[in-house]
Amino acid sequence: MKATVYVPGDAAALALGADAVAAAIANEAAARGIAVRLIRNGSRGMVWLEPLVEVVTAQGRIAYGPVTVDVVESLFAANFLAGGEHPLRFGPAEQIPWLARQERRVAGRLGVVDPKSLTDYVARGGGEGLRRARAMAPAAIVQAIADSGLRGRGGAAFPAGIKWRTVHAATATQKCIVCNADEGDSGTFSDRMLMEGDPFCLLEGMAIAGLAVGADRGYIYVRSEYPHAIAALQAALSTLAAAGDFLGEFRIEVRRGAGSYVCGEETALLESLEGKRGIVRSKPPLPAIEGLFGQPTLIHNVITLASVPDILAAGAAAHRDFGIGRSRGTLPFQLAGNIRHGGLVEVPFGLTLRELLYDFGGGSRSGRPLRAVQVGGPLGAYLPESQFDTPLDYEAFAAIGAGLGHGGIVAFDDTVDMAKQARYAMKFCAVESCGKCTPCRIGSTRGVEVIDRIRAGDAAQIELLEDLCETMVQGSACAMGSMTPIPVLSALNHFPEDFA
Amino acid sequence: METNAILGRILDDHRDQPGALLPVLHAVQEALGHIPPDVVPAIATALNLSRAEVQGVISYYHHFRQEPAGRHVVRVCCAEACQAVGGEALAEHARARLIGSDVTLEPVYCLGLCACGPALQIDETQLHAAVTPAKFDALLARLARAE
Repeated sequence: MKATVYVPGDAAALALGADAVAAAIANEAAARGIAVRLIRNGSRGMVWLEPLVEVVTAQGRIAYGPVTVDVVESLFAANFLAGGEHPLRFGPAEQIPWLARQERRVAGRLGVVDPKSLTDYVARGGGEGLRRARAMAPAAIVQAIADSGLRGRGGAAFPAGIKWRTVHAATATQKCIVCNADEGDSGTFSDRMLMEGDPFCLLEGMAIAGLAVGADRGYIYVRSEYPHAIAALQAALSTLAAAGDFLGEFRIEVRRGAGSYVCGEETALLESLEGKRGIVRSKPPLPAIEGLFGQPTLIHNVITLASVPDILAAGAAAHRDFGIGRSRGTLPFQLAGNIRHGGLVEVPFGLTLRELLYDFGGGSRSGRPLRAVQVGGPLGAYLPESQFDTPLDYEAFAAIGAGLGHGGIVAFDDTVDMAKQARYAMKFCAVESCGKCTPCRIGSTRGVEVIDRIRAGDAAQIELLEDLCETMVQGSACAMGSMTPIPVLSALNHFPEDFA
Repeated sequence: METNAILGRILDDHRDQPGALLPVLHAVQEALGHIPPDVVPAIATALNLSRAEVQGVISYYHHFRQEPAGRHVVRVCCAEACQAVGGEALAEHARARLIGSDVTLEPVYCLGLCACGPALQIDETQLHAAVTPAKFDALLARLARAE
């Protein structure tokens, strides 16, 4: 019988040499006269084990990792095609504790299915949500989303049900669903992994949203830094086009961003989709009333839309039952930076940051003590060790002046210079500011200069930095300018010794 | 194909697409390697925009270039997750190594490879993670050999 071997084609696995490993396995098999069926799955998210090769056996899918080209021969010698013993053997992939302890809902098919195969998708529950939605009244779909307690996963955590209700209630000839796949926050990659590893799920979520609010057109705006995600979505759309009526009347177009961070802000993204500079709009009007090309638009992040099929298939209660307080469901957190076991950790809200960093992350990659953790991307707060016991919950994070954002967690060890990180936050804002409002456009450049003077020993400038931050918070048009002070001031307040 | 023919084909392909400017600019840059200033008037006419609007969009987005790049483009991630594992030292090393070479070095703010940094991208297709200065040198040598 032909052995089946999975070698991830996810961008992180590719960056760690997965293509060369796949080629080496094919060559070695050919040389030994063994027939092998190679499947390029997505990644399960255990990035520290990538490339994670899996072999289908009677005992399940046996995992080996991280596999490099030079161990391929020894894997064959160890009869890995039958699940043989080897120093890199981890046993059945699903039983690896790091994965087994997670609650995989939205990321349930990641690394499991062949992202190119609609058959695989359907065999693993895909299509069920859309099937149920088709039998429901649009208002009932909207109600299911509201009942689930789903909140926007892009960062703002706005209740999805309210957005859906608003677009549903609007009257227009052409409403739109827009997927914000401009995942620009450093430390985040869950959107990328989902688009590459389970693209049909996102497309299905968009089609359900279309049924609910009365839209038959969708756009996915993917950042240009993600060529593999763009290719995966396009391949999935071609497969669906060939397969007939999976999405019904709903048509989806993939659009490429062009390297502007601020286009992750929803109104800037809409401007960009319209072919303009990515400059933020004033709100109101909300995109739900006047969005793309002036039409009512439901705009959501990738993970939000990809959560929809499961909510429809398993019921709103199944989603609502996870989590704590007003943070319902699970969130695929991303452990990044200086962390030993980095990757995608989907767990219900409520775990503490410490559990994520140590129980899952295994501490720093360098082996030195963790000193600071930035949660929620470049506009997120730097947290010191004393705040590691904060539960991962939108409200608990808001209470300490931080945010969960898109769930990205970047760890730094004790070699980090926090004044330098504060300077970087201002510098990033200066590079990426759209230029519309003065506090952001000019404040960020002045911020770099002020921090430079502080680092040169002028402590009197600290008060000036605090004033500048207040101006940016109060006077900026969008989150870019108004939230840049969060990493700056959290660095200053929690690590004052670095500014002395 | 000469520039005008390529441009004509691209504009035809996108004529009926709402908000076509970014897709057009991407297609032009993919075909020509950059967006030469002399294609701006034709794009503006075809999309019923002013030249200033087209120029404004080109200059706004980091991705678009109006000058040809070097033989290869290397983008080194300069964002926080890569900084936490030596990204700055890598960027510094790359800068020093590439002075006077025909490789264009650019910063990029996140490639989504944040659990296995420092990361870089070569010519928009190849990705490399956990890049040390030594690995960077080996990648450069491989690029040179491939030619």
